[in-house]
Amino acid sequence: MSTPFYVSPQQAMADRAEYARKGIARGRSVVVLTYADGIVFVAENTSRALHKVSEIYDKIAFAAVGRYNEFENLRIGGVRYADLRGYSYDRADVTARGLANVYAQTLGTIFSSVGEKPYEVELIVAEVGRTDADDQIYRLTPDGSVVDEKNAVVVGGNADSIGNYLGQRHRSGLSLAEALKLAVDGLARDPNGGSPRTLTPEQLEVAVLDRKRPRQRKFKRVLGGQLARLLSGDESAAAEDEGDASTDTE
Amino acid sequence: MEANLSGTGRLPAAFLTPGSSSFLDFLDSHAPQLLPGRRALPEGMTVEAPHGTTIVSAVFDGGVVLAGDRRATMGNVIAQRDIEKVFPADEYSAVGIAGTAGLAVEMVRLFQLELEHYEKIEGTVLSFEGKANRLTTMIRSNLAMAMQGLAVVPVFAGYDLDLGRGRIFTYDVTGGRSEERAGFAATGSGSVFARGAMKKLYRPGLTGEQAATLAVQALYDAADDDSATGGPDLARKIFPIVTLITEDGFRRLDEDEVAAIAVSITDQRREHPNGPQAPLL
Repeated sequence: MSTPFYVSPQQAMADRAEYARKGIARGRSVVVLTYADGIVFVAENTSRALHKVSEIYDKIAFAAVGRYNEFENLRIGGVRYADLRGYSYDRADVTARGLANVYAQTLGTIFSSVGEKPYEVELIVAEVGRTDADDQIYRLTPDGSVVDEKNAVVVGGNADSIGNYLGQRHRSGLSLAEALKLAVDGLARDPNGGSPRTLTPEQLEVAVLDRKRPRQRKFKRVLGGQLARLLSGDESAAAEDEGDASTDTE
Repeated sequence: MEANLSGTGRLPAAFLTPGSSSFLDFLDSHAPQLLPGRRALPEGMTVEAPHGTTIVSAVFDGGVVLAGDRRATMGNVIAQRDIEKVFPADEYSAVGIAGTAGLAVEMVRLFQLELEHYEKIEGTVLSFEGKANRLTTMIRSNLAMAMQGLAVVPVFAGYDLDLGRGRIFTYDVTGGRSEERAGFAATGSGSVFARGAMKKLYRPGLTGEQAATLAVQALYDAADDDSATGGPDLARKIFPIVTLITEDGFRRLDEDEVAAIAVSITDQRREHPNGPQAPLL
């Protein structure tokens, strides 16, 4: 009869963290930046159907990297949580802080439960406020930690190097085109110091939480022509809103 | 995944189970007590509660108008003078409700959420027929309450982006659904009179503005003959709610716009109390 090896709790947790970290590092990054009118989400994603950035509720959006089926489950859980809460109380009572809390509890419980494998995901939950001082961005790691972020945050592979780049260059009051350019420059950087790649609009998934949007739901995807014009630095493209309504998720 | 460990604060298993994109299905499995149709009522009793009355709708070139009066009655008492019974369902559709006001408002909230929930989960909007069918399901689940006097009877109208025109669906208390192909519809206690008025005034090819006038005319006629329907209240400045849904989405006319229509109709009725006359032959 074989005797099971003794594994210290520290070692077991370290192994789990390492496992989750490796899974996340395989994927491309997602960048979330504040700009003058809200929060912009930029992900490198060639798929038009499988989203890394999604709407959760009126002022709340979700971005994720890692294993698709795991973060998709969490996204759906978050939409259900928000809709149920808004229905039982009021739409104003659904907050990013509350959502980040249940995500943290969920991820943390799964992480330390022996019967389950840790989720290989890293999430961002962001809420746009009435002014830029009220914007909230939370980053959640697979072990259930919540980090309250400001201004610019990156998750996924190369997160540290892109995060440093953005942290040095981000300032408050950026226009949408400026914020987008900064995010794309960050994503295109080569972590080994080589020349940056070129990212075309087709390789990007972009969405905004726009506090100036005249609707209750502030989330909007930036698609096709508008994205291309913004990337080429055309500031006026930020103003065109519902022109793409039929292709929007409205 | 383990069974739900309640007490750890994590999302219960029902939240993370993939499958349904319907908020109603989710409520049914996770929190059935929140569904209006699930409440038990004592046998053989009827409840007296405020009732909303007349809703009218008409298709015009490039869209559809949906309008409702502002009165809620409870027996012979006017329970509320400025109730709102027409709501946007989503960007391209609206729902107007006659029947028990309390339940109707709850049902509309749930219906709005059902459409929004689907849109967020699936990343695409439901087809127009799909939306109409979801409403059928909700009305049907309310049948037991309807039998005890708490009926909710909606009109669902909107712009079908696939077909490129306005459409109207009416319902009965059992959830029976029918598309109004004649171009206009009415529901509620004053609907008989409103429908009679629209029958004489409606014609294909109306503009949005004309359709709004038609709707207010029909509501005026309903209020004229049905005590439970409220006409334009010039003294209190309470006017019907008129909404237009076109390719550009849902728009509720603001109070000044409706007031202008209502005042011009009232002025004309001073000369002709029965309203515009249709030719005999």
